[in-house]
Amino acid sequence: MKTYDAIVVGAGHNGLTNAAFLAKAGLDVVCVEKNDYIGGATVSRNLYKDWWYSNCSYVCSLLRPEIYRDLELHKHGLQVTPYGGSVQFMENGDYYGSYHDHEVAYREMARFSRHDADAYKTYSADTMRQCRFIRDFLLSTAPDPTSLRPKDLMELARIGGKFMNMGEDRMYETIRFWTMSVAEYLDEYFETDVIKTAFSGSGIIGTALGIHSPGTAYVLLHHYMGDVDGNVGSWGFARGGTGAVSKAIAGAYQAAGGELRTESGVDQIIVRNGKVSGVALENGDEIQGRIVVSAMDVKRTFLTCMDKNDLPEKFHRRIENFKIRGSSGKVNIALDGLPTFPALPEGSSLYHSDMHFIDSMERMERAYDDWKDGRWSEDPYIDMVIPTLSDPTMAPPGKHFMSCFVQYCPHQIEGRRWTQEEKEAFGQTVINQIANYSPDFKDLILHAEIRTPQDIEDEIGITEGNIFHGELTMDQLLFNRPIPGYAQYRGPVDGLYMCGSSNHPGGGIMAAPGANAAREILSDLKRPNTVPENWGDD
Amino acid sequence: MKQGPVHQGRLKSPFFSRLEKLDFVNEWHEWKGYSSADQLYCSDTEYFAIRNATAVFDLTPMTKYRITGPDALDYLNRLVTRDMAKVRPGRVAYAVWCDDNGQVIDDGTIFHLREGEYRLCSQERHSAWLQAAAIGFDVTITHETEDVAALAVQGPTSYSVLSKLNLDGLGELKPFGLMHCDFQGTELMVSRTGFTGDLGYELWIDPDKAEALWDALFEAGELHGIRAIGTTALDMARIEAGYLAAYEEFLPADETVRTGVSRSPLELGLDWLVDFKKPNFNGRRALAEEKRKGSVWRLVKLDIEGNKEAHHSYIFSNAKASGSNIGFVTSAVWSPVCKQNIALGTVKTPHGKPGDTVWVEIYYQREMHWNRKMAKATVVDKPFWFPPRRGATPPGPY
Repeated sequence: MKTYDAIVVGAGHNGLTNAAFLAKAGLDVVCVEKNDYIGGATVSRNLYKDWWYSNCSYVCSLLRPEIYRDLELHKHGLQVTPYGGSVQFMENGDYYGSYHDHEVAYREMARFSRHDADAYKTYSADTMRQCRFIRDFLLSTAPDPTSLRPKDLMELARIGGKFMNMGEDRMYETIRFWTMSVAEYLDEYFETDVIKTAFSGSGIIGTALGIHSPGTAYVLLHHYMGDVDGNVGSWGFARGGTGAVSKAIAGAYQAAGGELRTESGVDQIIVRNGKVSGVALENGDEIQGRIVVSAMDVKRTFLTCMDKNDLPEKFHRRIENFKIRGSSGKVNIALDGLPTFPALPEGSSLYHSDMHFIDSMERMERAYDDWKDGRWSEDPYIDMVIPTLSDPTMAPPGKHFMSCFVQYCPHQIEGRRWTQEEKEAFGQTVINQIANYSPDFKDLILHAEIRTPQDIEDEIGITEGNIFHGELTMDQLLFNRPIPGYAQYRGPVDGLYMCGSSNHPGGGIMAAPGANAAREILSDLKRPNTVPENWGDD
Repeated sequence: MKQGPVHQGRLKSPFFSRLEKLDFVNEWHEWKGYSSADQLYCSDTEYFAIRNATAVFDLTPMTKYRITGPDALDYLNRLVTRDMAKVRPGRVAYAVWCDDNGQVIDDGTIFHLREGEYRLCSQERHSAWLQAAAIGFDVTITHETEDVAALAVQGPTSYSVLSKLNLDGLGELKPFGLMHCDFQGTELMVSRTGFTGDLGYELWIDPDKAEALWDALFEAGELHGIRAIGTTALDMARIEAGYLAAYEEFLPADETVRTGVSRSPLELGLDWLVDFKKPNFNGRRALAEEKRKGSVWRLVKLDIEGNKEAHHSYIFSNAKASGSNIGFVTSAVWSPVCKQNIALGTVKTPHGKPGDTVWVEIYYQREMHWNRKMAKATVVDKPFWFPPRRGATPPGPY
């Protein structure tokens, strides 16, 4: 029986990225995927007639440009088109829009508060300073602060140096920032409720925390630190839907000679004499490999796909306590035409933007209260986009695909599985909230796919359907991600590695965990590194 | 000869009324006397209309000449470096023309409209040169810039858009092909040409029908993401396609003051456009000599590491920038579609062979302060952007 150099488990974007860099280094790699399609949550699915759904992840910004370029993803069909702005529809019939053109953005803010419009530039600089600080560490392994290895010491010194360079005032600010709530952070700059609400959404997306929970200021940063073509904080759509990202990475992987096997779910990672020897598939097959790299979240990897006896006791306990709570769902809709939003001027550029239907910090926090009670939010935070306004390939001309990211939505209802009725009621909550601002919306719906965290877990495999493979709070970031002592992509068993978003620097279609893990693996195997260096952000 | 005082101020293209309505930012520049938009609302979005949907660019100010007469072919063959006999009616050819020293005066496209009837389009105005070169030929050269309204319709959905105008034969039209068809009782010329390196067309019509054509086009394109664009977006696309621009990659030789600042076609990577097998043409002798002795300059396409655009950079043969520079960057852009930091440049031979590594000295500003970086660059020989759809016939909906 053939023995592969490496088996990568899970053909999501991180698994594929990892596999691609290993294959580029000349390793004999097989990437196994449980579904009959690749991409994991980075996927486009044809679920209704000629419509393609970005039915999990729906926008793109964090994908590391160094990886995009190095793997020549454009040659494998990837094209990321930026889109601009956002809008908050208000209960009083007004709306607050944010615009790509900074002068227009200023005027709109000044319509609510000249104070806020002028405060924005300081807010923006302060947030950008934090982005600059963190961006530099995305495409590198987090140093272990307890280690005396030269590599760790050097990286610690580099981070320390960057930190000291900020100067005393800003060092204090930075430390505060990493532990603050997004609401407190915004209060320091703005006075207008709807403007704060508009910014606060980024602080809770994918996180089982409310806008007043400590640590959410960092989550906001996580949504700001990406870029499209150097415009930091910009977001874009992958042409053809989000699946174009994983398709392109798979293209690069296969061009490097890698092998891809779908419908090959892993039942167990096999350990012999304290070392991994391969994987047993759900279909009974076994694949032998010198190393196994798991792109699954850490809970699924260690609690579901491994024998507890193969793992250190404390490690196992810590993985059990890893926070990966389901907090968001999706409603994906095929539309017969473009819904109108009478609050907006005709032809407004805001149709192309992120739309939200919540206008106060109070409503944001109340939405979280429902989740704590084990229910979905009656008045949810929805991040809605219509990518077909700029992407001609996802639906027939004149027809549209609408993606609604919905928060909060629990993994289970009051501790038990969702019923079909509850799932439909959840979908209806979302549709009703949008319909409040678009009278023709309901009549245009041709098909809707409602996805709770449980559905995402069942289909994709991510524990609790958590979009980041684990929450982005300080206790689970950098050298603490996923757990202290294991932040450098190596598992607790020889030959076992982790490359999913449970690892530094986390989720959001960055491809950085996959790439960083590949660099560590190649270093262990004494192979030349194929992973590109960070471009730096000076 | 027209009488009356000279027109003051900028000229307005026949599409101006339509462009004006779509203009949100009021950023215009002058192009051969006409008002031409830098951008209409946002150059980034406009760029992506080229690569993602359909972009419409007003190219009416492009200089146009009609060349007719029994000797039209012989005249053109004498004028330009490539063999025009191979360019059949219904075909379009990219061409350069040189002075007697083999230095490029301009580049442009020559449309073989009908047997013996041509249109020459160029960046610059060349009546004097074209007439001087016509001595001994029975040809008529008519300047027709104002008489033809022209639009570039470029991008992956451009075929879907134009299909809706029911233009006979559009599906069979190959790259560098042209056809005549009817538009509301007026002859419309459609060519599968452009300056973007993507699937795309150019439309040529009587200025009186310009607005009607625009309206029909935008109605047809409504569901296909049609957008009007300005020059900023177009220039990004042309660098990705590796196309030259006059005053960027070369200067018209007849306008240069200093010696050694003009370029020959061989120095611009256009060897394939110089046909020594055909009868005499302007610059032939000098070019043959250059081919024998070797050129001084070479145009390079550079794939530069990192993400800092290499505007106006010196190029060196080594990372330390020791010794004198070997050339400089002529056009640079971050390519959003290739996610590459790209540039066109001119370097002294023997440097700059495809596959060579050179070093680019990049200065960039961050919060008032200037930084310098020596970036490694690889010389590539293919265009940066060359999607399969560009050559597909019939094109798909993309």
